[in-house]
Amino acid sequence: MAGKPKLHYFNGRGRMECIRWLLAAAGVEFEEKFIEQPEDLDKLKSDGSLMFQQVPLVEIDGMKLVQTRAILNYVATKYNLYGKDMKERALIDMYSEGVADLGDMIMLLPLCPPDQKDAKIAQIKETTTNRYLPAFEKVLKSHGQDYLVGNKLSKADIHLVELLYYVEEVDPSLLANFPLLKGLKTRVSNLPAVKKFLQPGSQRKPPMDEKNLEEAKRIFRIK
Amino acid sequence: MAGKPKLHYFDARGRMEAIRWLLAAAGVEFEEKLLESSEDLDKLRHVFQQVPMVEIDGMKLVQTRAILNYIATKYDLYGKDMKERALTDMYTEGVADLGEMILLLPQCPPDQKNAKLTLIRERTTNRYLPACEKVLKSHGQDHMVGNKLSKADIHLVELLYYVEELDSSLLANFPLLKGLKTKVSNLPAVKKFLQPGSQRKPLGTEKTLEQARKIFKF
Repeated sequence: MAGKPKLHYFNGRGRMECIRWLLAAAGVEFEEKFIEQPEDLDKLKSDGSLMFQQVPLVEIDGMKLVQTRAILNYVATKYNLYGKDMKERALIDMYSEGVADLGDMIMLLPLCPPDQKDAKIAQIKETTTNRYLPAFEKVLKSHGQDYLVGNKLSKADIHLVELLYYVEEVDPSLLANFPLLKGLKTRVSNLPAVKKFLQPGSQRKPPMDEKNLEEAKRIFRIK
Repeated sequence: MAGKPKLHYFDARGRMEAIRWLLAAAGVEFEEKLLESSEDLDKLRHVFQQVPMVEIDGMKLVQTRAILNYIATKYDLYGKDMKERALTDMYTEGVADLGEMILLLPQCPPDQKNAKLTLIRERTTNRYLPACEKVLKSHGQDHMVGNKLSKADIHLVELLYYVEELDSSLLANFPLLKGLKTKVSNLPAVKKFLQPGSQRKPLGTEKTLEQARKIFKF
């Protein structure tokens, strides 16, 4: 009997947040088991739950899945957010991977040594403005449809909109010259399931602060 | 009319080699347009100005995973259903994590190289190879997923060749992985690809790194 998917991670965005977004956007309720001490992670490792000794881990449909992309692709397929055929899937993958490249840069920013941080932020702003956002704006412009692929909501739209929220957190002015992206952000944000997820009290996690970073370092034993 | 897939990259393994392996293992002939300068990169006509780029079935695809997933789906190397696809993805991603460490080793500053190499050896021996050996042991079948060749097997065997290049003793205690490597290497299409004169690329040298720095400006 399939219960709700169960997400194992620490209480922060990290590599689990895009999975939370996708499940939420698909209207799927999920449970979270928060790792709070290094010993909690040790236990997951020793009981064989983690194929590569790492989280995210999602228990879903009788499987213990690790690796963010494996989890995302399964969720997307199950809830029909992966296009209608293999060519649409290829486009969705291409766009999702582009989003992930920029997303990773932003995600890893808190781990950046303080003396390198300003340079890193400048690099992120530059690549956001000159490479990534123009590319996605161009895709939307090319077909004039409401969604990136196949005139239908897919994981590509959800990952991109999540990213746009993070870009806005870095610097709201970065979105200024991208009307179609702003339109997509509004449209997806207004979908009932996403709207609910965006409200306070949902399972959406806030930006990483000093305390959250210290917690992550402690749990994952990062120096 | 679909011609052969056309691969755009420079003359090295880099991020394109996994794609070459997969196409070759699927028995698909492909053409290569080799970039030689940063101007060649600028001349790519794509909304994401990057490589790897593969022209296939009327599409110009970038992003390694997008390309690999399309090829795997097209040539039936992606499992029979979504659960098998999930396992295939999970194994592939683990392989990619170790593969990435090995790929980026040449770019490591000289004073950090030994530490990096030690980490790679440790992860290989204590994390990645045991995990994959365990999968094969758990079902006793000849392939990682669904008793049938999939992209997971091909990516893993490619990785095992790189692990062996780094240090052949690393494979010592993994009999099932060695068995998989032999079995997959003996498939006619893979055997052909492993022979001299194929499109398989050799281990990078100082010269390869210099060329990469020049073309990709880093």
